[in-house]
Amino acid sequence: MQTPPGISQQDFAEALSRFTRVVGSQWVFTSEEDLHLYRDAYSPYWDEPEERVASAAVAPASTEEVQEIVRIANHYRIPLYPISTGKNLGYGGSAPNYSGSVVLDLKRMNRILEVNEKQAYCVVEPGVSYFDMYEHLQKNNIRLWIDVPDPGWGSMLGNAIDRGAGYTAAQFRNHFDAHCGMEVVLANGEVMRTGMGALPGSETWQMYKSGFGPWVDGIFSQSNFGIVTKMGFWLMPEPDAFLKGMVHLPRYKDLVPLVDTLTQLENNKIFTGYPDLNSPVLGTPSLAGLHDFLAHGPEQRDEEYMQLLQSGAPPEAYEAYGQRNNIPYWSCSFTFYGPEKVIRAQWEHVQESYRKAIGDAHFEEVEFYNLPLSEKEKEQVQYPAQFGIPNLRTFAIGARSIWNPTPPSDGHAWFSPVIPRDGEAILKINEVLGNAARELGIPMIFALNVPVPSWERSFIFIIPFMISRDKATNRKTREAFRKIVRIAADNGWGEYRTAPAFQDDVMDTYSFNEHALLRFHETVKDAVDPNGILSPGRYGIWPKHLRKEKG
Amino acid sequence: MKISLGILCAGLLMQALSGPASATEAGQAVYQKWCSHCHDAGVNYPGTLALEARYKGAVPAALLERDNLTPEFVAYFVRNGISVMPFFRKTEISDDELQALGEYLANPTKE
Repeated sequence: MQTPPGISQQDFAEALSRFTRVVGSQWVFTSEEDLHLYRDAYSPYWDEPEERVASAAVAPASTEEVQEIVRIANHYRIPLYPISTGKNLGYGGSAPNYSGSVVLDLKRMNRILEVNEKQAYCVVEPGVSYFDMYEHLQKNNIRLWIDVPDPGWGSMLGNAIDRGAGYTAAQFRNHFDAHCGMEVVLANGEVMRTGMGALPGSETWQMYKSGFGPWVDGIFSQSNFGIVTKMGFWLMPEPDAFLKGMVHLPRYKDLVPLVDTLTQLENNKIFTGYPDLNSPVLGTPSLAGLHDFLAHGPEQRDEEYMQLLQSGAPPEAYEAYGQRNNIPYWSCSFTFYGPEKVIRAQWEHVQESYRKAIGDAHFEEVEFYNLPLSEKEKEQVQYPAQFGIPNLRTFAIGARSIWNPTPPSDGHAWFSPVIPRDGEAILKINEVLGNAARELGIPMIFALNVPVPSWERSFIFIIPFMISRDKATNRKTREAFRKIVRIAADNGWGEYRTAPAFQDDVMDTYSFNEHALLRFHETVKDAVDPNGILSPGRYGIWPKHLRKEKG
Repeated sequence: MKISLGILCAGLLMQALSGPASATEAGQAVYQKWCSHCHDAGVNYPGTLALEARYKGAVPAALLERDNLTPEFVAYFVRNGISVMPFFRKTEISDDELQALGEYLANPTKE
């Protein structure tokens, strides 16, 4: 039996026996076969000595059981690694940051505790997936929407505290921002509620976020300061209608006014849906077209285009080809939610703004639906997540396909720095990281990578790194990943989130004033978890006894 | 909150009481919850696309259309994964649920 580092066989056996008394023997996992299921299926260290693996897993069914387990772990100083649904694939999975930790598997805590249709909120436990909540809303005919990330089997709570993103209206796409109120089990086993939840008898836990005094919710995201066992979310009332309109622009340099206008319109709430930016002439798929691209491959092009592609022509060289063949250089879809009269007026205003900014802009209405969608319409919509419908289409990324002869991957790790909402910034990061990627041997599919406008005020520039079961390939991938993290940081671009294998590297780039932020995290860590039992190393935050002191 | 929690608990109890009447229904429920989103028939399902590319028509790409699946074969892939498909923990699909799923997928009259 593997024991957590520094823990004797006897102490570990005692702790496991006490865990068993709390949750029952069925929910304590120690066999090799069971622990295999707690590996990170997309680990970039698969089968290497550095792969992070669990020594055991324990699956409580309630907050009270979590408290008991935490008290036992604290007594024996056993590291615990809580997971919600364990499906954070691409940014970690169900494996711990620190090998030998006991995974605290919260999947069995899967109760939807409350849905309030009138006030448009819900309260959930960590094991509730987007699929679960969607099914609950549909079955009970509750006219509220959830905002879903790409894989619908993820945890609403887990995705929010990992600060994930979705695809509906702006105020719901940032899943952490859309939460309201938490219940947290602290490292000493105590339960705390945040915001109005701290006031006994309050009826506004999910109606007012910050309560009184310091608003501490943020320190429980991307961290290891407590175990979030309940979380409230503001949900989106189902709108009357949905409209998607596209703006088409002919020139490479149109990117700058395209983004400026988009930003102005979004900041003024003229549109609230996800703005879906792509380059038809470069063949970059829109969000709505991504699945088609993954399923069927790139659009067939003529010989002239293939020559451009094979010659490694710079992105601006495609402009003339696009104009001759009537293919826009840029397109952007704008989505609107609300009463038809209102959203048609908003779309008209978007068109007017682009006519002023770029005289020869063209427009196209792509989708209009009165809501709720019929069952048939649910199958027809371009991108279900824009309607709050969870799905797993994203797993076509890196999978075996009829058009791509490359062997299928064994997962991926996302490189995802935050960049400014600015056209020039997009061109600059493409130049800097495009060059770096070529030097590092990272395959870039397109002549230019288009960022993702998940949230207002910034873009995310995402490059997937494919993971393999081949150790030599993974070694190269890790080296390239770490180098590109550093190159991006040297240019002022930091990642918003990363897999455990790279969390120390990314945290190291947030180094202003000799890592003042990390040192603050460590001060908090030592205060709230003095024995360092909660998720050691998560997001680069190590407890005192495991810290490598910086020179 | 207490009231709505009570209603939900009652709902869960009713669901449990009216739960899967047969092993086939139990297996079907596991399939619907965990497999269908990737393996149903059609172009929207990445598991189906991958199996179409792998078998090139030698066997149907959608799992429910296969007639050569055994419980052991299903269990192997659920517990080991393949390519981008991860493996599933016992808190997600228990051994009993996996058995029911295997029997459901192995049964050619599963419609």
